[in-house]
Amino acid sequence: MPSLNDSLGKMSPIPLKVNGKTHNVDVDPLTPLLFVLADELHLRGPKFGCGLAQCGACTVLIQGKAVRSCVMPLSALKQHEVTTLEGLGTPEKPHAIQQAFIDEQAAQCGFCLSGVILTAKALLDEKPKASDEELQDAFSNVLCRCFTHTRIMQAVRRYQAGLA
Amino acid sequence: MTKQFSRRDFLAASGALIVSFSGASQFVVAQGPFATHPSHINPESLDSWLAVAADGFVTAYTGKCDFGQGMYTAQTQLVAEELCVPFGKVKLIQCDTSITPDQGTTSGSQSTPTNFNSENVAQAAATGREALLAMAAQRLSVSVDQLTVADGIVHAPSGAHISYAELIGGKRFEMTVNAKAKRRSPADWTVLGKSIPSTDQTALMTGTFEFVHNIHIPGMLHGRVVRPPETGATVASVDEQFVQHLPGVIKVVVKTNFVGVVAEKQWQAAQAVKVLKVTWTPATTPLPLQKDFYDHIRKQPSRQLMLVNSKDVDDKLKSAAHVLKATYSYPYQSHGSIGASCAVADVQADRATVWSSTQSVYPTRHSVSVLTGLPLDSVRVIFVRGSGCYGLNAADTVSYDAALLSQAVQKPVRVQLTRQDEFVSENYGAACVIDQQVAVNNSGAIVAWDCETWSTSFGGRPGYDKPGNVLTGMLAGLEPETITPKVAIEPTGELRNGNNAVPSYVVGCVSGKCGGAGSIRSERVLAHAVKSPFFTGPLRSPLRLQNTFAHECFMDEICAYLKADPVALRLQHLSDPRVMDVLKAAAKLANWEARPSPTRQTAHTGIATGRGIACVAYEGDNGYAALVAEVEVDQASGEIHAKRFFVANDSGPISNPAGLRNQLEGGVLQGMSRALGEEITWDDRKVTSINWQTYKTLPLGIRVPTIESVLINRPDMKATGAGETTITLAAAAIGNAVFDGTGARLREVPFTPDRVKAALAARG
Repeated sequence: MPSLNDSLGKMSPIPLKVNGKTHNVDVDPLTPLLFVLADELHLRGPKFGCGLAQCGACTVLIQGKAVRSCVMPLSALKQHEVTTLEGLGTPEKPHAIQQAFIDEQAAQCGFCLSGVILTAKALLDEKPKASDEELQDAFSNVLCRCFTHTRIMQAVRRYQAGLA
Repeated sequence: MTKQFSRRDFLAASGALIVSFSGASQFVVAQGPFATHPSHINPESLDSWLAVAADGFVTAYTGKCDFGQGMYTAQTQLVAEELCVPFGKVKLIQCDTSITPDQGTTSGSQSTPTNFNSENVAQAAATGREALLAMAAQRLSVSVDQLTVADGIVHAPSGAHISYAELIGGKRFEMTVNAKAKRRSPADWTVLGKSIPSTDQTALMTGTFEFVHNIHIPGMLHGRVVRPPETGATVASVDEQFVQHLPGVIKVVVKTNFVGVVAEKQWQAAQAVKVLKVTWTPATTPLPLQKDFYDHIRKQPSRQLMLVNSKDVDDKLKSAAHVLKATYSYPYQSHGSIGASCAVADVQADRATVWSSTQSVYPTRHSVSVLTGLPLDSVRVIFVRGSGCYGLNAADTVSYDAALLSQAVQKPVRVQLTRQDEFVSENYGAACVIDQQVAVNNSGAIVAWDCETWSTSFGGRPGYDKPGNVLTGMLAGLEPETITPKVAIEPTGELRNGNNAVPSYVVGCVSGKCGGAGSIRSERVLAHAVKSPFFTGPLRSPLRLQNTFAHECFMDEICAYLKADPVALRLQHLSDPRVMDVLKAAAKLANWEARPSPTRQTAHTGIATGRGIACVAYEGDNGYAALVAEVEVDQASGEIHAKRFFVANDSGPISNPAGLRNQLEGGVLQGMSRALGEEITWDDRKVTSINWQTYKTLPLGIRVPTIESVLINRPDMKATGAGETTITLAAAAIGNAVFDGTGARLREVPFTPDRVKAALAARG
């Protein structure tokens, strides 16, 4: 496994802009972005669900797109800024989509929320009038295993109504 | 003699946790009786449950924790209500073996019954209120019956008043919990019974909530495990040469068949376990074929349990005007927690601390003690929420993984399972096959019900003495619990229907006492437990769901045979008013049209629509629910789409209606996912459903059905569970609705398009 050894050996600080702040992280550039966010920066929004880009729990926003950080090597990020769930708003001042989810009490365990909220935000930022079918399509590989679906969809529609 | 935890140790060890406590709570923890005697939290003592700080904030200690089902908020309401303090002044400390009383495992819809009926948290808070009133009476020189209390302030008729903080703030009660302390009447409730928003929502939505996955301990390393690639494989050898020189790798750990790697960073550990060369010895026998599995299990030696036997069933069947028979089968299913399990352990030479999302902190403490060889008093397990677990997912096993790896390096280690680890490590919901048979007379009444079930079992909850009941314990060399075959004896004592093996429609008579929900007098239910090739354990509504699926679909078959309305024939054979009430309420909510199934639609092509109903007395007496499903079936593709659900639920007095609805709705849809797609699959050597492409769950992106619920509030009754009622009914209600719409009967879960098409083709 020489290539693995080589890649693991490369350690030099890499600049990384997350939620408005620039950090220098000293990790193997092939490290998945999720591990950097969670283990190095101690961010709690993006979570390890499957590590296979199949569930959405690790979702972050990059250039306005919902991206699965568990399969994205840090080196693939280039210089783009990353926004995590905690980068949208704060407990004191939640973003409108977070407020819509709070108003609808749209979580049970809440582990899925980066996938749910950031996927919805990315879609609705681009298409504020997205149809039910477009939402279903965006959520086709987002999981909520507590099946809080009814409240999640109410929260998404509440946020969408506020965009009009 | 082992070193006891000191207050300093507590703070040092729980740095990540303590920050989430309020200042008041920190004070209370410091003053609490537990930091010095982790093994001796006395449930008789009021101070074990409750503490009032100098600023009036109340800390309550509970052994029942919140996994996302709203128990934190509901229990906070309970304490605020019984103690008469504002909701916002109560903090809970949940499930920490050094701080909270041992309330066993948070499971089985038992948290609300345990803490809301006349015991434990509720009784402690009521005792506290009475004690504070007695103190106030003395201080204000008036009799107790003249005092009123609200918001933690006791008022005398003269206008004089004194606060709880002044009465006891910062001091212990030094008294025992009074089993006779009077509970507040539901008529007087100001905090309970209200839809108080769940306390965790803002932190969850803004990504600031701390899950066990987010625990960081100074100096923490990262571990990954290597699971056997095939079921039952054992370690032949481990060759470390390819990982020894990888950057960051600290240690390869092997203990019997347990293999793991510790590294400085998670990515390094993840790479190392891929490179580590482990040679495995395959199991001596292959796995039973999945396609024949239900036939296989009914031929195995079994531990038999006769639940009811009126001894006249065979005669009734012989002489009956009509006999109906059917067999139902239900697969192994996964808890499928969205987050693969994670735990952090800090095992040092003389003590261990484990941060775990287990449902069982105290039993886990025993297991960690056994696995590490440390004395019980030196082990502390702290609950930190993980992703929704719905039962015995891999949270226990990963806690053991973390403890073993941490012990090997004597440093804190965080272990994150991979998706595949989780799917092969957990204790699946049991596969079952269920034979049903009834005798029906000429006037359309069911006169005898005969049911024989086979369920699979291996391992299970470790409890206080069986760490081998989950994978890591067994891999480390500890024996799992297995089935000892045993012939059934006649039932004695009283009816035990905790698994809902006994259908609601029989009288359920044992030793002359009838505890069933129905009126059919001739009854026989024989349950077989058979050794499972895979670990099994409780999964939301364990066996209750499987049995209820079979009972409620078979009842529907009987209704169809008799051309009777499914609600009317159920009511005709029920006697328990609470089941009858939910059944009637759900039918009313759904505008149920009284008629037999199937509907008169005859076209065998296109989209068919139908409705179905099911009801249950959960565990016999721990919650009552009925569910109506309205579905569309695409007869070309075999796909089922549920459009609407109607729920009626009775769980006794309702603590938080919005929280209850959230549980009922989630239960319906999780039940729908389990009914439509979820199934563990395997080949001759290994489990093959190892990710979200091979284990089929419904995603968020579906046409989400509407769910309407009617909540029957019974303030005069004991509180029951509510988290498992609706999930128990979804498969049956959907299956019955498919029959109503198409005339095709589904007897095997999941209702995959192929199975639906086969059933449609079998209509003739």
